[in-house]
Amino acid sequence: MMDALVPIAWSLAKYLGLLGIVMGIVPVLTWMERRQSALMQDRIGPNRANIGRFRAWGLFHPIADGIKMFMKEDFIPAHAHKPLFTLAPIVALAPVLIVLAVIPYGPGMQAARLDVGLLFLFGVLSLSVYGATLAGWASYNKWAMLGGLRASAQMISYEVTMGMAALGALMIYGTLEPGAMVEAQRGGFCGIGHWGIFRQPLGFVLFTVAAIAETKRAPFDLPEGEPEILGYFVEYSGMRFGMFFMGEFAEVVVSSAVITTLYLGGWIMPWDSAVAVGAPHALYVAHGVAMWVGKVFVLCALQLALRWTLPRLRYDQLMRLGWKQLLPASLANVLATAVIMVGTK
Amino acid sequence: MAATVKVVRLERTWKDQIYLLEVLRGLGLTLKHMFVNMWGRRATPTIQYPEQTIEYPKRFRGVHRLMQRDDGRVRCVACMMCSTACPARCIHIEAAETDDPSIEKYPAVFAIDELKCVDCGLCVEACPCDSIRMDTGLHMPPVLTRGAAVLGKIDLLKLAAPSVATQGGEKPGWQSKPDDPRFADR
Repeated sequence: MMDALVPIAWSLAKYLGLLGIVMGIVPVLTWMERRQSALMQDRIGPNRANIGRFRAWGLFHPIADGIKMFMKEDFIPAHAHKPLFTLAPIVALAPVLIVLAVIPYGPGMQAARLDVGLLFLFGVLSLSVYGATLAGWASYNKWAMLGGLRASAQMISYEVTMGMAALGALMIYGTLEPGAMVEAQRGGFCGIGHWGIFRQPLGFVLFTVAAIAETKRAPFDLPEGEPEILGYFVEYSGMRFGMFFMGEFAEVVVSSAVITTLYLGGWIMPWDSAVAVGAPHALYVAHGVAMWVGKVFVLCALQLALRWTLPRLRYDQLMRLGWKQLLPASLANVLATAVIMVGTK
Repeated sequence: MAATVKVVRLERTWKDQIYLLEVLRGLGLTLKHMFVNMWGRRATPTIQYPEQTIEYPKRFRGVHRLMQRDDGRVRCVACMMCSTACPARCIHIEAAETDDPSIEKYPAVFAIDELKCVDCGLCVEACPCDSIRMDTGLHMPPVLTRGAAVLGKIDLLKLAAPSVATQGGEKPGWQSKPDDPRFADR
């Protein structure tokens, strides 16, 4: 009886560990988004929240934001569909937190080793489109409705490219299990030659673009589109809005984590084997987790920087990019990968 | 004759067409700004306001004040010129008589609603006896109730100093200058 519980407890502990890391990165990202954009635009950015005389470059602003979110009035419009209105933020946030279970974030640090891990990941992650769509529909607001429709159309379109781009990587690694995919990227030229980004450069670019579109952030933030429609969460306030907000940033972290797993060798670094031999196992694991967090953080920072660099696409441009440029390119990538694999066998 | 329209299309090379290189160039620009502002010479023109202030111009119009006579009484003679000139109608004056025959009237009540005031300075221009000025250089401090923004005669006099202009009393009158040759024909 107890023996059966131990692996479950271990999985749970590993999952909670990753959840803690992600939920630790999210507030830092909300801070970074504002400070980074400020520095890019020759501003100073938020630096006023303080504890006593201690300001910490505005790092207390996420705390102040959290307090504000909880204290604000939670308003539901008169004609809104109440159950769905309540459900939508949960549906938007939950899938992002569920897929963390299959992401390997260190040696042996993976809550669930599913053989269909990547399919599970894509399947669950695409459920989060329901959050946006339901929020738009349940708000009884034209602009929210438009935002929800845009979100569903956009996310379904880019899901195709995302899957196709990942297919090239799957063919090379020969597995759908994220942990095994990370292991398959070990070695090669300089210890990083087998990373997905070098074996699938086009796939990496396509997947990254599609993943950014999937997180509904600039330059693909049409569902939000604040100058035009304000987006699917226009009627949300207080912590319900906070959940959308957190969900968006959690999606940034998770998409970065998936890109890291598929294309940047997960937690693997060229000097890994030296650490494994020379250091105790706990240090090896900590080193792996730290490397993983570092890679994810760099990708997150890149996504934030992109947001403040590129203007928003027009809707027809978005659809053209998705269906007429990214999708054929990803199909060509799959074809080229297959030809090379057969040719070199 | 139909107008001929010449369509000029942008020449785009394949480098522009794939868009990706331009994205990287844009990223380079924004990241350059970020790193320069982080570690290099800051280009931020921001003034951290409560701690840092810029020097105001000399004619900056701040909170009003009511000037004093040499004996400390208010200079105002309740002529209503300022409240008439005021476009925001924020000056309220109730006149009363004095025993001093050279003054005749003084304001029993002189109140300015600083929330209504549009800081135009017309009251200062209108005043015939240099009684009201806006040269304190102060901002109106924040208030919790609207009533607290109404400054009365006592509040306005607290900011005041004796005016250097002459008016009434024993000194030569401010309206006639008998010693000045320019006024000889009057």
